[in-house]
Order: sequence, then C-alpha cells, then structure tokens
Amino acid sequence: MAIKVDHELHKRRLSRNIGVGVALILFVGLVYGLTVAKVSDIYQPDPAASEVSK
Amino acid sequence: MSDASIQTNTDTGEAGFGDYFALLKPRVMSLVVFTALVGLLVAPVGVNPVVGLASILFIAVGGGASGALNMWWDADIDRKMRRTQSRPIPSGKVTEGEAFAIGMALSAMAVVMLGLAANLMAAALLAFTIFFYVVIYTMWLKRWTPQNIVIGGAAGAFPPMIGWAVATGGISIESVLMFALTFAWTPPHFWALALFTKGDYANAGVPMLTVTHGRRATRAHILGYSLVLAVVAIALGLTSIGGPVYLAVALILNGMFIKGAWDVFRRDDAASDADRHKAERGLFKLSLAYLFLHYGALLVEASLKPFGLGGWG
Repeated sequence: MAIKVDHELHKRRLSRNIGVGVALILFVGLVYGLTVAKVSDIYQPDPAASEVSK
Repeated sequence: MSDASIQTNTDTGEAGFGDYFALLKPRVMSLVVFTALVGLLVAPVGVNPVVGLASILFIAVGGGASGALNMWWDADIDRKMRRTQSRPIPSGKVTEGEAFAIGMALSAMAVVMLGLAANLMAAALLAFTIFFYVVIYTMWLKRWTPQNIVIGGAAGAFPPMIGWAVATGGISIESVLMFALTFAWTPPHFWALALFTKGDYANAGVPMLTVTHGRRATRAHILGYSLVLAVVAIALGLTSIGGPVYLAVALILNGMFIKGAWDVFRRDDAASDADRHKAERGLFKLSLAYLFLHYGALLVEASLKPFGLGGWG
C-alpha cells in the first residue's frame, strides 16, 4: 500500500487550524468594529450643546 | 472474536474544527440566539447595530461554552445514551480536558466581552446563566431530582432577559415574563419527548420523571405545566411588548397546546404504544413551533411599532 501523505488525521488538523485562525480573525474584526461603534457614539456632536454655544 | 480488536472510535486527540463546534451544542445555540435577539429587538431602547450584533454573538458563545462544560461533566452518561453517543467526547474526537478548557476559556471571554460591549447587568446575567446551567443543573440537580428538566429549563430561559438587559441595562416585567415563557415551556416539551424515547435516561441513571414517578404522573405533569404556560403566555401579551397580533397567536397556540396536552393526559401507555405515540409526537412537534411563533409574534409587534401599528397603542 502506498504511503498517503495526507492522512485523514492531517485533514482534521488542518481544518482545526484554519477554523481557529478564521475565528480569531473574525474576533479581532468584531472588537475593532465594536471600538469604532463605541467611539463614534461618544464623539457624536450633541445638538443641544452646540445650540448653547451659539 | 479474534485477538485483533477493531478500534471503532478515533481517539487521537486530533479534533477537527467541526468537533469543537459540536461541543457548543449548535442547535441549543440557535434557540439562544433567536430568543436573545427577540429580547434585544423588542426592548424600548435602541441599540447600535454593531453593539447589538456583538452582544448576541457573545451571548451565543457564552451559551455554547456552558454546553461544552455540560459535555465535559456528563461525558460518562453521554457514553451510555444512544442519543448522545455520537457527541465529540463519547466518540473520542475531543478529550475531556480539551472540552473543559474550551468551555472555561469561552465562558470567561464571553462574559468579559459582553460587559465591555453592552453593560454589566447583561454580563452578570450571562455569568449567572452559565453558572446556573453548569453548576446548579449539570453538576448538582440533573442526577439528583426528577424535576431536573424544570430547573434546567431556567438556564435556557435567560437569553431573552440578557438581550433585554443589553438594550435597557435592567430587568423588567416584560423580560421576566419572556423568561417565564421559555421556563414553563421546557418541561412539557421535554417530557413529551421522554414519553416516546423510552429507556435511554433509565440506562444512564438520570432520574427522569417518566422513570421515577411513572408515565401516568408525567402525563399529568405535562397537562399541569401546559396550563401554567398558557397563563404566562397570555400575561406577556398584556404587557408593553404584547399587542393584538401576539395575543391572537398566543390564544390560538395555547388552545392547541392544552388540547394536545389533554390528549396525552387522557391516554394510557397501551393506547400510546398502539399508534406509536402519535399524540406525544404531535405535542412535541407543536411545542417546537409554539416557542418559535410566540417569539416571532413579539417581533412582529415590535416591527409594526415604527408604523404606528403594533402594541396596545
């Protein structure tokens, strides 16, 4: 029997590595999006305050 | 048998990503996502969409993490029950240590991130849900009392309350009644299932009501909880998140559910065996649609509000 380079075990290992990698990238993207959303909430110009300054 | 034994499992400690995902009980997670999303959307306070999306995701991850911890603790009984033998730990794809580590890490991550994304009340509720499901239900009460389903149902009922807390930062009668809806729904849903999946729990030594108090008592319990469920479901319709559409849906579905529970109550096991548990299977199927349609109706009420419709005016 020929030696198979890609044993089923390697496939599982690859799927695990890719899956965890993609999950981590998505997590980083989510935290970035969350930060942008939070910061823009805080720095939104308050219409009432700008009226007072006028 | 020859000397050479065939290894049927794949106990290599080399799990694929799908095996990790299966640890998080995706089907339970879909219920968690749906009910938490409804809790968030029907709240009277708007939420930034990114914050809302992130919060639902962290609630889902928290729910999934508690599922992984449940599989870690219950690996011994999962090996004995047919329904659970193909789960990642009994099938040898994921080790118990891995499941524990994933469960603990994701629990901590989900709670901290929900606190940062939304607020401390939502994070505290999520932490309590995980604690309740893993420690109170899985470790303590599941193998001790036949009321295990009732108590376990509480853990599954928290997500809409967490969703509501993400938006409002608090707890109110509406969120408590959404909790009560899933809480009162769980026992008749699972006991209907237990009536036609005989033997499995008994083999594993889990004290299901059908085993400890008999099937007659289980039928009576199903009817009793269906009546409680109807009261809760209709009461929810009279709050600020209810309305005519929800109330109409609730009245019809609860009428059908009580009729189904009554049919199950009236039968004995001989009649049930004769038609291969038709009434029990019917009630179980109805219970699946029941919860989905109730939360769906709440969502309809909320989506009608911007047009001046929906709710009680």
